[in-house]
Amino acid sequence: MDQNSLGAQVAAKWRKKRGSLIMALHEIQGVKGFVPWQDAMDLAEGMGIPLARIYEVLTFYNFFKLDAPGKAVISVCTGTACYLKGNDKVLEEFKKELGIGEGESTPDKMFHLQSVRCVGCCGLAPVCVVNGKTYGRLTPTDVRGILEEWRKKLSEDEELA
Amino acid sequence: MVDTDLDKRFDIHEIAKNKLNELERFQCSIYCCHSTGCKSSGSDDIIDLIKKAIVDHGIEDKVRVVATGCMGLCAQGPLIRVEIKGQKDVLYKRIEPLIARLVVTEHVVPALNLKEGEIFELPNFLQEHVLSLELPFFTKQEKVVLKDAGHMDPEDITEYMAHGGYLALEKVLKTMTPAQVVEEIKKSGLRGRGGGGFSTGMKWEFAAKVPTVDEKFIICNGDEGDPGAYMDRSILEGDPHSVIEGMMIAAYAIGATEGWFYVRAEYPLAVERLEKAIKACKKNRLLGNNIMGTDFCFNVDIRLGAGAFVCGEETALIHSIEGARGTPRPRPPYPTNKGLWGKPSCVNNVETLGNIPKIILKGADWFASFGTETSKGTKVFALTGQVEHSGLIEVPMGTTIDEIVNEIGGGVPNGKKLKAVQTGGPSGGVIPADKMDLPVCYEELKKVGSIMGSGGMIVIDDTQDMAALANFYLDFTVDESCGKCAPCRIGGKQMLLLLEKINKGKGTKQDLADLKRIATAMQKASLCGLGQTAPNPVLSTLKFFESEYLDKLVDNKPASKEEK
Repeated sequence: MDQNSLGAQVAAKWRKKRGSLIMALHEIQGVKGFVPWQDAMDLAEGMGIPLARIYEVLTFYNFFKLDAPGKAVISVCTGTACYLKGNDKVLEEFKKELGIGEGESTPDKMFHLQSVRCVGCCGLAPVCVVNGKTYGRLTPTDVRGILEEWRKKLSEDEELA
Repeated sequence: MVDTDLDKRFDIHEIAKNKLNELERFQCSIYCCHSTGCKSSGSDDIIDLIKKAIVDHGIEDKVRVVATGCMGLCAQGPLIRVEIKGQKDVLYKRIEPLIARLVVTEHVVPALNLKEGEIFELPNFLQEHVLSLELPFFTKQEKVVLKDAGHMDPEDITEYMAHGGYLALEKVLKTMTPAQVVEEIKKSGLRGRGGGGFSTGMKWEFAAKVPTVDEKFIICNGDEGDPGAYMDRSILEGDPHSVIEGMMIAAYAIGATEGWFYVRAEYPLAVERLEKAIKACKKNRLLGNNIMGTDFCFNVDIRLGAGAFVCGEETALIHSIEGARGTPRPRPPYPTNKGLWGKPSCVNNVETLGNIPKIILKGADWFASFGTETSKGTKVFALTGQVEHSGLIEVPMGTTIDEIVNEIGGGVPNGKKLKAVQTGGPSGGVIPADKMDLPVCYEELKKVGSIMGSGGMIVIDDTQDMAALANFYLDFTVDESCGKCAPCRIGGKQMLLLLEKINKGKGTKQDLADLKRIATAMQKASLCGLGQTAPNPVLSTLKFFESEYLDKLVDNKPASKEEK
C-alpha cells in the first residue's frame, strides 16, 4: 500500500476513532469529488475494515459517488416545495439540453446532472445548485443561461490553468 | 483538582458582562441574515458591501455588522435588520448590492447624526424595500427556540452568553439533582419534536434508570430528511449553542458520558457552525472534565449522514453513527437500554434539545403556559409551497392551520384557492381546506389522518393534482426504503406501480382496491417508521380527494361524469 495515498492518510487519521468509516469516506470524496477504487482499498487496509463492508456503505448512501463526476455538478432540487412549483420541468430541460439522464455526466466530463432531496431553500423554490452556487425561482427558460454561464466559467478556468 | 483562578477566567457571568459592555458601545447593529436561504440569494456579498461602506464612512466604532442565523421570511431574502438606539427597527427585504450601500449612506449615517430625541424619516426610495415588522408574519409568532436566532452572531459564544447562554447549564449543575432535572422536563410537558411526540421527560427517565456501567450516550438527531423542511438546520445554523447546552443538560439528567451529533451532510453550513461552537465550548472549558468546577465530565463529537432518509429512524441512525449501513432493527430493546455500540443511549431531536435551556431557566410552568392540554410549548414549522410568505415560523401549539396559512403565511398567491395543507412530509398526510380551523397539536393532526411530523408544512393550491402528489411522496419513500423488510421493500414498490398506472389513466377499480389493501398491510407489517408511514400520503389523499382518483380509472369514467 502506498502510505502517501489519500486513502492511507485518511485511514491513519480516523482509524483510532469509533464509528468513523463514513467520516473517512466523506473526507476522501471531499478532496477527489468521488471515492476512487484505489483509495477505498487503501482505506480498507489502513483501517482494518473489509473492502466489502466499505462497498456496502458506499452503495447504501446516496451521497457517495464511485465515478468521477463532471466538472460542474448540477443538483436539481426535487423536494416537495420545488416539486409543487414545477421543478420537474426544469430537470427535464437540463436533461434535454445536456442530452444525459439523472446521475450521469456529459461525455466531455463538463457537467454532471443529479436530482437531490431538498437543499433547504424552499422559500426560493424551484431551486438548483451548481458547484455550490444556488439558482432560485427557476423556470425552464433559465436552463440555457445557467449552462452558458458555466461553460464560459469552466473554459476560463482551463485557460488559467 | 479544581483551579479557582482558571474558573474565574472562564466564569460565564464575567464573559457575559464584558460582552454586554462591549455591545453597549455600539449605537447601531446591522443584522444580516446569513443562513442557507439568504446565502443562496447572495447575502455574502451584501455583508461585505455593508462592512466596506461602514469603513468608508469611518463609523466602524459605532456600528456593528452581525451575520446571523435565519430571520424567517426566506422568500424575501436576503434580509437585513437595522437597529439604531432611539429609532424604530427596520427590516429590509430582497437587498441588492446597490440598496445595501444606500442603507448605510442614506439610513444609518444620517440617523446616527441626529440629536437625541429626533426621529429619523426613512427616504421613500428605501421605504420600498422595507418589510413591515407589523406584518402578522412577525406579530403572530411566538418564539422560544428561535428567540435569538437572527439576532446574534451564532459563531460567537460570548454573544450567546450575553443572551443568557449556559446559565441553564450552570443552574442544573450547581443547584439541581439529575432527578430534579428529569422531573422539571416531565412537568413542562415537552414532547419529541422530531415527529414521534413521545414525552421527553419520560424518555430521559427511562434512560436515567438504566445504570451507567462504563458508557452511556446522548444522541442529537439532526438527520432532517423531510424534503421541504429545514427547521433543525436553521436552529443549528442560527443558535448552535442552545442545542449543545440542551444536550449537556440532558447528559447530566440521564448520566450520559458522551454526546453525538448526527447531522445531514447536505447541511454544510450547519455542520460548520456546530463544529465552531463545539470548539468554542472546549476552549471555554464547557466541554471536557469537571465542567464549571463540578464533577460533571462530558464530551461531544459529530457524525455526518450521507443522504439516507431512513437514518432519521433512531435505530438506523445509531447504525449509521457506528459507520455502517443505516438499516433499522426491531425494537425492543429500545436504544435507552441498548443503543450505540450496545450501550444505553437516548436520542433527542435538535428542536427538542433547543427547548431545554429555556425550560430550565424560565421554568416548566412557563413553558406549559403555551400550547394545548396535551401538546405544550411552541413548534417550529417550515411553511412552504403555494403560500405568499414562505419561510420559517414558530407558533404556540394549538394555533389553527388557518392562522398559520392565511394570517402568518399571507394566504395562497396569484389569486388561486387553497386546496389542502400537507404536514409530516412523506410520512404525513393532507388536511383539506374545509378543516382549516384544526388546531396544530399531536392528537388533532392524528385524528384527521396526518401527523405533526418534524415540522414541514406544505401549502397546496387548487391546481395541484392530489393523486400525483401522493405519487411524488411514494416515489420518494420507495427510493429511500432500505430494503431490509419485505412489507416495505415489496409493498412500497407494488403500491407505486399501481399508483403510476392509475395516474396514467390505465388503472381499474380493482387496482385502487389493491392499492388500499397493500397500504394497510404495509402500515401493519413494516419494521420501522418509514415503511409504516409510507402509505399515509396515499391513504390521506384518498380519504379526502377520492374523486380525483376515481376520475382517473378506466372503468369509472361515466360515473364520474354523472357526479359532476
